[in-house]
Order: sequence, then structure tokens, then C-alpha cells
Amino acid sequence: MKHVKTISNANLKKSAAHGGCGECQTSCQSACKTSCTVANQKCENLNK
Amino acid sequence: MIHKYFLNGYYIVLDVNSGAVHSVDELTYRLLDHVESPTGETCPDGALAALGGEFAAADIEEAYQELRELKNEGTLFTEDDYRAFIDRASTVAPVKALCLHIAHDCNLRCGYCFAGTGEIGGKRSLMSLEVGKKAIDYVVEKSENRRNIEIDFFGGEPLMNFEVVKGIVKYARSLEKEKGKRFRFTVTTNGVLLDDDKMDFINKEMSNVVLSIDGRKEVNDRMRRTVAGGGSYDIIMPKFKKLADSRNQTDYYVRGTFTKYNLDFSKDVLHLADLGFEQTSVEPVVTDPKDDYAISPDDLPAVFKEYERLALAMIERREQGRRFNFFHFMIDLTQGPCVIKRLRGCGSGNEYLAVTPDGDVYPCHQFVGHEEYRMGSVLDGSIDMEIKKRFASSNLYTRKGCADCWAKFYCSGGCCANSYKYAGDIDTPYALACEMEKKRIECAVMMKVDELSGEK
Repeated sequence: MKHVKTISNANLKKSAAHGGCGECQTSCQSACKTSCTVANQKCENLNK
Repeated sequence: MIHKYFLNGYYIVLDVNSGAVHSVDELTYRLLDHVESPTGETCPDGALAALGGEFAAADIEEAYQELRELKNEGTLFTEDDYRAFIDRASTVAPVKALCLHIAHDCNLRCGYCFAGTGEIGGKRSLMSLEVGKKAIDYVVEKSENRRNIEIDFFGGEPLMNFEVVKGIVKYARSLEKEKGKRFRFTVTTNGVLLDDDKMDFINKEMSNVVLSIDGRKEVNDRMRRTVAGGGSYDIIMPKFKKLADSRNQTDYYVRGTFTKYNLDFSKDVLHLADLGFEQTSVEPVVTDPKDDYAISPDDLPAVFKEYERLALAMIERREQGRRFNFFHFMIDLTQGPCVIKRLRGCGSGNEYLAVTPDGDVYPCHQFVGHEEYRMGSVLDGSIDMEIKKRFASSNLYTRKGCADCWAKFYCSGGCCANSYKYAGDIDTPYALACEMEKKRIECAVMMKVDELSGEK
């Protein structure tokens, strides 16, 4: 494409199908204690 | 829904409901002001007329067709059809993380501390090993099939009661094999009592350690004072340096708080980076709006500028081979948590609970002392399922304004405690916090765009 550069493809829709395992870190366990940014967490599902 | 913004020379377009990120040219950026969702086969006349004075019609049409292509492939103007997953996001989930208040006491007197002077409004006390073990039993029992369990040693100041920390770790480890669990420990500390023995133990057992320091000496020492009233910077800085280096500059954070007194907080972050700390976090103070040091709406323009300033400085350093991390700018556009997690948010009151020295359970450390949120006790294994359900059912669609906010899947609805303290309701996000969060996300995504774009 000439006018658009896609930096990252859609992936949230795909994650819905097999998501929700609950193994990911709950946010306050890292640096943040009041200003959660869930998006910087990692998926911990070994089987996805 | 899309969100577009211009920052550091990049025209960035976020497709909110898919998570896609695009970097576009100026023409396309402005075209999006005139195109709701490109359904028509050719570019609408209105758009051609609006932009025709500056851009060639053929180029406008070409850009329009590219937008159509993006929409057709599901990376632009995608719908929010995640309400179908609310049930999965709102389940009363197993408890899998605890914040243990190892001490309701502290050897510093930081002006802004949520815990008052360490005791959180109650009496000064230390958690006994017996209560600590009961807390481990509590989470093992209530975690059901969850394998990963997180234990955060917190307070007050946990190093004031370090033998209990060690005892809890030992006990938890002894249960791992039998119970099929994997414990991950974190400790947060003001650093005053750090010594070689504690550092060795921390390095052996803690997957993360949070070291509290605000930045420049004069900034740190204004708020983070000893009981005698002096500053803490000179005491803690050498210890923090030693600990961070001993962990090879990874798996820790130096974590500061900025207030109205240092709205130029990028200088504090860069000060820490200049000293060699590669994992930094500096976060806005959360406090009563009446406090002198509270950040107010008037301060937002300055705060926004500061986040931008910091982002640009970090890009420059990255290019010079002096890269460092800033927690709030960390973002993974490809592999972050699933959308179910993003609907849920932080997990407080549901998957993540706090435990006081007496064994009382609360939704998180910020709710400790708010009696109406006391959820039970690790001593008798009780848990208030009504409160748990209340927190479990708090998600992006129940939190006011979140469903229509472009930042929803990055932010996940913010901090329940923050909402409760400012609005009296865990489902009413605090607007000031939202504004800062959105700015941070814009900066974080821009930095990623810059990194992945190669040359500008």
C-alpha cells in the first residue's frame, strides 16, 4: 500500500476464541500499584 | 471505532476493536475526517471536495481504496462484538494472587503514602509466620486449577519483617510439587533495610522487585523522608544500584511517584536512567484532590507535554544504544493478553486479594481499612462471595464511559480503588487518571511505530 503502513495486524478477535484461561499475571504484581495498563501484560497460556 | 493522532511526525490510526495499528500519510489521516466507514465503492464527493484543493483527486481515491481494503480485511472500522464474552470475562474466577501486608509499619514517612505512616490508619503490626502460612493455604485452596500463583510482599515496609517473608517463601515452595502450583514472588521496598543477605535472598526467590524512589534527590527527599525528617535518597541509591546491577538490570523496577511538585518528571526518569537503571517506572500520585501535591486538571497540559518529552528522549537514547524501559510505555502490539483479560481488567477483588497482618482479606491493598470491603479472613478461610461477584462483574462494559473509549482494550477500565476513592464507586473511572492513561498509550504506541517503522 502506498498511503498506509500496517504496523500491527488485528489480533484481538482471534484471541477471543481461546482466551480466558486466567494464567496471566494480575497487574498490580508488577510496578504499577494504581495505574494499570493491562495491555503491557504477557499471555501466559502455554497451550494457545 | 478508530482513534487517530499525530505525534512525533507520525500519523497514527488505531482500530480499537481489532487492536490493529496503522501508520498513514497526511492525506489518509485527513481523509479519515471525511469518511465514516468506507462502504461506498468510490470516495464520497464530500471528501474529494474537502481535500481537492491540496491533494490530487487520483491520490485521494487511491487512499480511499486502501481504507476500503483495510476495512474488508478486518483491520479498520471493525465492530465491537465482545459483549458476547462478558460472561467469560465476568466469571467469579479462582483467587490466584495475593498482596501480603507483611508489615503495617514503616521506617519512612513518605508524604503521599496510601498507608498513612505505614499502619493504614490502624495499629502498627507485623504479620506472623502463622498468618503468612495460612494465607498461602488460602490461595492454594481457592486457586483451584490455576497453576501460576503470585505473591506480592508489601506493606508498610516488608523488609521490617523479613524473616517472615523468608518463612512464607519456604513454606510455599514446599507445597509446589504436591499441589501442582508455581509460585512467583515479588517484593516492594523502600530500600532502607536492604543489605547483602536480603539481596541474595531476593535474587534467589523473587521474580520481580520494586524499589521505591522518586527520581532526583531533591524530588525524592521532599516526599520520601525518614522518621527524623531527613531525606532517604543517599541511603537507598547505592543499595538500589547494587541490587539492580546484581539482577543484570532486569526483573526489577525503580518505581517513583510524581506529584504537582515535579510535573517535570521526565527529568526524574532520565535521572534514574542516567544512573544506569534500565527498568523504570514513575507514576502519578493518587491522593485526596485537596492535598497540595495532588495533580489537578489544570496540570494536565504540562503532564501531557512531559510524557511526550520523555517518549522522545527515550527514542533518542534507543537510537544511541542507551535504551531503557519505562513501565507505562511498555506495550506489545502483537502478543499482549487475550481480549477476555482485557475486558476484566486488573483482577482485584476477584483473582487478586490483599491480606493484612491480622489475616483479614480485602480486594486489594488500596481497600485495606475500608471495612465495608472486608472480604473475610485467611484464618478461617472465609470469603465474601457477594463482594467477589461485585468485583468480578465489573468490566469494560459496566464501567461508565469505557465502552465508548478508544483506549479501552489497552487500559481495561483503570483501577477500581482509584474509582472508588474519587467517585465512591468502582465502576466510575476517575477522569483525570483516564486522561493521563490515554496520553501514555498514545506515546507508547508511537514509540512502537517508530521502532517498527525503520526509517521515517
